[in-house]
Amino acid sequence: MNPTDKAEHRDATLVLITQEDDVITARNLGRDICHDLGFTEVAQVKVVTAISELARNILKYAGKGQIALRRLPGEREGIEVIASDQGPGIADVELVLSPRYRSKTGMGVGLRGSRRLMDHFEVNSRAGSGTTVVLRKYRF
Amino acid sequence: MAEVHSIPLIRLFDNLIVSIQVELSDAIIERLMAQITAKIESTNVSGLILDFSGAYMMDSHITRRVHDIAMTARIMGVDTVVCGLRAAVVITLTEMGLSMPGVVTALNLERALELLVFKNLSDRRAPSQALAGEGERTDAPGPERETPGLHEPHR
Repeated sequence: MNPTDKAEHRDATLVLITQEDDVITARNLGRDICHDLGFTEVAQVKVVTAISELARNILKYAGKGQIALRRLPGEREGIEVIASDQGPGIADVELVLSPRYRSKTGMGVGLRGSRRLMDHFEVNSRAGSGTTVVLRKYRF
Repeated sequence: MAEVHSIPLIRLFDNLIVSIQVELSDAIIERLMAQITAKIESTNVSGLILDFSGAYMMDSHITRRVHDIAMTARIMGVDTVVCGLRAAVVITLTEMGLSMPGVVTALNLERALELLVFKNLSDRRAPSQALAGEGERTDAPGPERETPGLHEPHR
């Protein structure tokens, strides 16, 4: 891994997403954090898959962006994943998240999928102003 | 781009066995598609087994490409069995609403070989329509997408 691709930012680890190798880097970092947290294998795979989906969305729709990963401190330990980009954004988030939504590009599969895999999901996006997705999964 | 590990394609009797024991990347999947179809063309095999027992995770894109490889081999006339998917992977895919419609699956390599040797594949195929869920397959349009069983039902 190129050290410039990964910079410590407060307590989060940032992975710049500009090519497919970065998706793998983000997945592996997520896996390490989940492993350190003592997540079950199923929970680990869910988190890693969600990271992969969001990282792919960044590449596919925005071209580049970043994934921030951090361990959530406190009573309820867990992992937080923040995927953000300055891409075209999503005009109607509710529509894309609706199970009935069908797009030509397959947009929505990854977003809906990662929502189902995690405990906490929020997405902030407007057309023209990029997209930020926050995911959390707790150990218990 | 990191160097792509070569995955051996093993010919055993009439079957081609591909056991994935590395982390799946898009590059590896694309190379597998090319290698497997070339091998099917150049050798006289009747069956293909894709063993994923060494795959830690599969996201929606990888799942779609694995499905594509299985379908491509089948359309070339080679019975294909996907086996060894780990429980955590299957649970994750199911929760995301993804599946591999029309693909024959088996618990492990032994069961997959049994299916190919005894050729009772027809009733083992996952329903083409019922389980497809949200697996949108619209990012690679083409005429073959119109074939029943290759894409999810429209609800």
